[in-house]
Amino acid sequence: MTSTTTKSAYWMGVRDGAPFILVAAPFAVLFGVIATEAGLNLFEVMSFSFVVIAGAAQFTALELMQKETPTLIVLISALAVNLRVAMYSAAITPYLGTAPLWQRVLMSYMLVDQSYALAHAKFEDAPNMSLPQRTAYYFGTCTLVMGAWFICSFLGAALGTQLPPSIPIDFALPIAFLSMIAPMIRSLPHLVAAITAIVVSLICINVPYSLGLIIAGFAGMAAGSQTEVWITRKQEAAL
Amino acid sequence: MIDKGSLWFIIFALGIGSFMLRFSFLGLVGDRSLPAWALRYLRYTAVAIIPALIAPMVALSNEANTGPEPVRLIAAIVTFSVGAWTRNVIVAICNGAITLGLGLYLFG
Repeated sequence: MTSTTTKSAYWMGVRDGAPFILVAAPFAVLFGVIATEAGLNLFEVMSFSFVVIAGAAQFTALELMQKETPTLIVLISALAVNLRVAMYSAAITPYLGTAPLWQRVLMSYMLVDQSYALAHAKFEDAPNMSLPQRTAYYFGTCTLVMGAWFICSFLGAALGTQLPPSIPIDFALPIAFLSMIAPMIRSLPHLVAAITAIVVSLICINVPYSLGLIIAGFAGMAAGSQTEVWITRKQEAAL
Repeated sequence: MIDKGSLWFIIFALGIGSFMLRFSFLGLVGDRSLPAWALRYLRYTAVAIIPALIAPMVALSNEANTGPEPVRLIAAIVTFSVGAWTRNVIVAICNGAITLGLGLYLFG
């Protein structure tokens, strides 16, 4: 009985994860194409996608490496883009934190926007799920997205060298990032954070070693965070 | 050109770093929670860093890297507006790509 319900939890995860192929696939293809254009070979592209599995961080690292940015700045910037996964890790720990260590290692490796969003929503909705069911559901949500990520990175890398030069690949990254970021602007503090970051990064455009990015990032985070504090205070005062 | 030695270093350092971020709570911290200010900062990392990264790419998109190239600027605005309006990544990316492609074809 338990094994059948665990199995069905896995397949429920696979089904719920299926639509997210549409989100992961284009970014993976794009990463493959841009990385190949930047001079990486197929093995390097695949290693990158396999070891890191984080679209935004990979794009950031690639962009900065091409500008001959110092390695430390590349790492800080790319990890900063990826900091949100620490928040995801915190959010799913109450539900999955008692799983065996090897499973938590695997879960961590596969923790991306999609697996977090689906699993966290599901576990909140269905508090009666057992740990094996939750684990199965989580890995179910990862299955297709991970598969799509690797296969499409490969396709992009294979395609990369054959793209006609008339395609404006230089601007693929801003378009990809803008489409990713726009739906994330859900509140006034998010908007303030983004606008502050944009303004500061334009002011700091000539700061060496791409340090302007780090300065602008922190300014944006501080502005967003502070706006949130003000709004909360105002709301509390109104009550 | 990207230096191959630093490329491999970055791939593995980024892999280990990303894994540690993911493993941080699930593996190490348990269900102890972060201080409120840290969570608040974490909420705004992506919406700050990503715009900071693309702003110069849009603002200096002309051939001499001195100012915005009109078609690219408009494509960027279309992508963002459609994304903010529909909350749909795919719809936004398609609209941006079509605007860019069509604009460059007509005026490029």
